[in-house]
Amino acid sequence: MYEIISMKELVPSIFEAIVKAPEMAKKAKAGEFLIVMADEKGERIPLTIADYDREAGTITIVFMTIGTSTYKLAKMKAGDSYYALVGPLGHASEVKDYGTVICVAGGVGTAPIYPIARAMKEAGNKIITIQGARTKDLIFWEEMMASVSDEHIIMTDDGTYGRKGLVTEPLKEILERDGDGIGIIYAIGPIPMMKFSALTSKPFGNLTMVSLNSIMVDGTGMCGGCRCNVGEETKFTCVDGPEFDGHKVDWGLLMDRQRIYLDQEKEALDKYMKEVE
Amino acid sequence: MGEEVVKKPKRKERMPMPEQDPKVRATNFEEVPLGYTPEMAIEEAIRCAQCKVPACVCGCPVNINIPAFILEIAEGNFAAAARKIKETNALPAVCGRVCPQESQCEEQCVYNRMGRAICIGRLERFAADYERENDLVEIPEKPAQNGKRIAVVGSGPSGLTVAGDLILLGYEVTIFEAFHKPGGVLMYGIPEFRLPKDIVEAEVNYLVQLGVKIDYNTIVGKSIKVDELIEQGYDAVFIGVGAGLPKFLGLPGENLGGVLSANEYLTRSNLMKAYRFPEYDTPIITGNRVCVIGGGNVAMDSARTAVRLGADTYIVYRRAREQMPARSEEIHHAEEEGVKMMLLTNPEEILGDENNMVRAMKCIKMELGEPDESGRSRPVPIAGSEHEIEFDVVINAIGANANPLLTKSTPGLELNKWGYVVADEYGKTTKDKVWAGGDIVTGMATVIEAMGAGRMAAMDIHEKVMGVPKNKDPSPEALPDDMECALPSGKQP
Ligand SMILES: Cc1cc2nc3c(=O)[nH]c(=O)nc-3n(C[C@H](O)[C@H](O)[C@H](O)COP(=O)(O)OP(=O)(O)OC[C@H]3O[C@@H](n4cnc5c(N)ncnc54)[C@H](O)[C@@H]3O)c2cc1C
Ligand SMILES: Cc1cc2nc3c(=O)[nH]c(=O)nc-3n(C[C@H](O)[C@H](O)[C@H](O)COP(=O)(O)OP(=O)(O)OC[C@H]3O[C@@H](n4cnc5c(N)ncnc54)[C@H](O)[C@@H]3O)c2cc1C
Ligand code: SF4
Ligand code: SF4
Ligand code: FES
Repeated sequence: MYEIISMKELVPSIFEAIVKAPEMAKKAKAGEFLIVMADEKGERIPLTIADYDREAGTITIVFMTIGTSTYKLAKMKAGDSYYALVGPLGHASEVKDYGTVICVAGGVGTAPIYPIARAMKEAGNKIITIQGARTKDLIFWEEMMASVSDEHIIMTDDGTYGRKGLVTEPLKEILERDGDGIGIIYAIGPIPMMKFSALTSKPFGNLTMVSLNSIMVDGTGMCGGCRCNVGEETKFTCVDGPEFDGHKVDWGLLMDRQRIYLDQEKEALDKYMKEVE
Repeated sequence: MGEEVVKKPKRKERMPMPEQDPKVRATNFEEVPLGYTPEMAIEEAIRCAQCKVPACVCGCPVNINIPAFILEIAEGNFAAAARKIKETNALPAVCGRVCPQESQCEEQCVYNRMGRAICIGRLERFAADYERENDLVEIPEKPAQNGKRIAVVGSGPSGLTVAGDLILLGYEVTIFEAFHKPGGVLMYGIPEFRLPKDIVEAEVNYLVQLGVKIDYNTIVGKSIKVDELIEQGYDAVFIGVGAGLPKFLGLPGENLGGVLSANEYLTRSNLMKAYRFPEYDTPIITGNRVCVIGGGNVAMDSARTAVRLGADTYIVYRRAREQMPARSEEIHHAEEEGVKMMLLTNPEEILGDENNMVRAMKCIKMELGEPDESGRSRPVPIAGSEHEIEFDVVINAIGANANPLLTKSTPGLELNKWGYVVADEYGKTTKDKVWAGGDIVTGMATVIEAMGAGRMAAMDIHEKVMGVPKNKDPSPEALPDDMECALPSGKQP
C-alpha cells in the first residue's frame, strides 16, 4: 500500500523516507503534514510533508527518533510498507510575494522549512535562511537549503561548523539591519527554538509563523487532543494550523501538553527497545 | 435447520439477559451481556403473539419484519432468522446490541403496556451471533452490474447501509473512510465491552464480500474533494461523515493536560486500543480520580472505560438523575460498576498544578427551578455553594457539533445555522448528485436512525440514477396493506 521507496539516515538519529503515495503527491503543498502509522499496533503520528515528487508519485518525510513510533519508523526499510498514511492535512503555508522571507530552521526543522523556502522562492521572494544544529554532524540538506536561499547562514551550538551560537543571534542582526524589508519570518524546529525566535522578532513586529507540533490522534478536528492556545483563543493545531502567529502562542502550555504521556512514552520505549534487541 | 424445540410452559416475563458480574467486569473490557443460549432464545421467541398488525415493526427505523424473524427463532431456524433480519438490516449483531430498543421496536410491542415487551433486540443479537459464530453466513448472489458508480463518504452506520443496499442493486460502490478502520462511532466511540470490535469488523466484512470497496485513510475534503469525486464520474455521492467535532464548555482551565474530549478518550481506547497499552503503542491517561462531565450515553461509556482503566470515577451532571439522557440500562450498568454520580453539580473552572496538569475542579451546586424550553426543570445555581473537588482527569462528554472539514470544502452544499447538512426526507441535499444522512444531518442520534437515513437515501439514489420508482415502504411483506408506518423513523403518534 504505502511502500517505502528509499530510506536513509541523513545524520545520526534523523531519517529520510521516500514513500509511494501518488494521490498525496499530487495534492501536497508547502506547510502541510500527514499522519502515519508504522504497523497495525502503531500510534498515529503527524509528520510534515518535507518534499514531494508529483511525477514519481512520492512524498518525503524526515523524522528524528525520539520515542517508540519514530524508532519503529526508523527500523523500516525500502520495500516495507506503512500500515496507514493519510494526508495532506492542515493548512498550507500562505505563499505569496512578501519581498524578503527569513526561514529559520532548528535541527529536524530543516525538513519542514525546505518546501516553504522553495515555494516562497518560486513566488519571487528573496530568501534568507538561518539553519541551526547542535553540532556539525547534525546538519543535513545543506545543499538543498542553499539552492533555494539567497543568503544561507549556518549556526552550530558548539561552533564546529558555520557560526557558533544560536539561530536567534543572526535573526536579531538581520532584523536590526533590515527589519522593515522583511515580509515574513518562518521559524520551525524544537519548541524552545521557535519560542525564542518569536521572542526575538517580537520587538520588531515582523509576522513570525511557527509550526506547532502538538500531540495528535485523528488530524481532522474530531478529538481536540491537539488543542493549543493562540492569542486568547483555543485552536486545534490539526485543522486551524499547524502554522500560527508565533507572537501569540502560549508556549508554556504547548510544552506542558507535550508531556502529558511522558511516563507511558518512556514505558513503551523501554519495552520496544527490549523487543528489538 | 432443526435445533430441538424445547417444549415448556410459555413464560410471561421478559427473559433476562445473563451478564458478567459487575465486580469482575469492572476490571476487564469483555462484553457485559453474555447473550442468550438457544434455549433461552426459543423460550423468549415463543412469547411473541405474532400480531397480524405488528406495531413493533413501525418502531424500527428500518422496518425489520420482526414477527417473521422471531417465528424462525421459535422454530429453531436461527440462521434463517438472521437472513430474514438481513433483508432490511445489514448490521443485526450491532443493532441487537446498541439500539435503544425501549424507545423503538420494543416500545411499540403490544406487550409493552404490561411492561413485558418481547426482547426483540436480544433476539436479533442472538440470531446474528448464532449465524456468525457457526459460520452460517451466506453471501447473497451478486446481481448484474448496472454500470453506475456510487461514492460513499464515511463508513459509519449510515454509509454502510447505503453501500449495502446499493451493492445489492448492482451498483459499484466505494466507501471513502478517513480512519484506518471501518464503522465510525461503532469502532471508535462505543467501547468494546458494549460492542466487540471483531463483530463490527465481521459485519463490515460481509459488505466487503458483497463487493463493497473501502478506501481507508482517505479524508474527503482533504485527500479528495466531493467535486472531484463527481468529476471522476461517480453518479452519486452519499455523505455520512457523522457529527465529529467535540464540544467543550469554554471553562477556564479547559486546555490543561488531563482535560480531554470523550471523542479523544474513547478513540484512544477503542480505535487505537490504548486499553491494551503498551501492547499497542497509543497511550491513554488512566488517572486516579476521573471526572466525566455529562449525563448521556457518551458520558456513561467514558466513565465505564475509566473504571476499567482503574480510576475512581465520577459523573458530574448539572441536572437531576431523572433528566439524564442516557439509557437507564447504561446508568444502571455504570453504577453497578462503581461509577459515582454527582448530580445537580455544575463545573465552573478547572484548576491546574505547576505543570499545567489538572488538579481539581471548581463546581457549584444546583437546584431545579422552572421548566426551560426543553420542558425539563432548569437547573439554577445555589449561591455560595462553590466547592473544589480533586480530580486528575476531566473528560468532556457534553455532545458534539458538526465537523466542517468536508462541508466547508464542498461548494453548493447548504448547511443549517449549526453547520449540519440540509437534506430532504430522502437525504437529498441542495447539491446536484449529492445525498447525506446520519449524524451530519440530524446531529447525534442513534445507529439505527443513521441506518434508516441510509436506506432512504439508497432508495432515492436508485430512483434518480436508474429511474426505478422508490418503494415508499421499504419492507412491504412486513406489514399488512392497511398499515402504514410514517417514514423514515417509523414512529407512530
Ligand atoms: C504538524 C506536525 C508536524 C510534525 N513534523 C515532524 C517532522 O517533520 N519531523 C519530526 O521528526 N517530527 C515531526 N513532528 C513531531 C512528531 O510527530 C513527534 O516527534 C512524534 O509524534 C513522536 O512520536 P514517538 O512515539 O516517536 O515519541 P513519543 O514517545 O511520543 O515522545 C517521546 C518524547 O518526546 C517528546 N515529544 C513528544 N511529542 C513531541 C513532539 N511533537 N515534538 C517534540 N517532542 C515531542 C515528549 O516529551 C516525549 O516524552 C511533527 C508534529 C506535528 C504536530
Ligand atoms: C460514545 C458513543 C456512544 C453511542 N452509543 C450509542 C448506542 O448505544 N446506541 C445508538 O443507537 N447510538 C449510539 N451512539 C450514536 C451513534 O453511534 C451515531 O448516531 C451513529 O454512529 C451515527 O452514524 P453516522 O453514519 O452518521 O456516522 P458515524 O458513526 O459518526 O461515522 C462517520 C464516519 O465517517 C468518517 N468520516 C468523517 N469525516 C470524513 C471525511 N471527511 N472523509 C472520510 N470519512 C470521514 C468517520 O471517520 C467515521 O468513520 C453513540 C455515539 C457515541 C459517540
Ligand atoms: S434494528 Fe433496532 S429498532 Fe429495529 S428491530 Fe432491531 S433492535 Fe429494534
Ligand atoms: S408487537 Fe410484540 S408481540 Fe406483536 S409481533 Fe411485535 S414483537 Fe411480537
Ligand atoms: S488531532 Fe484530533 S482534533 Fe486535532
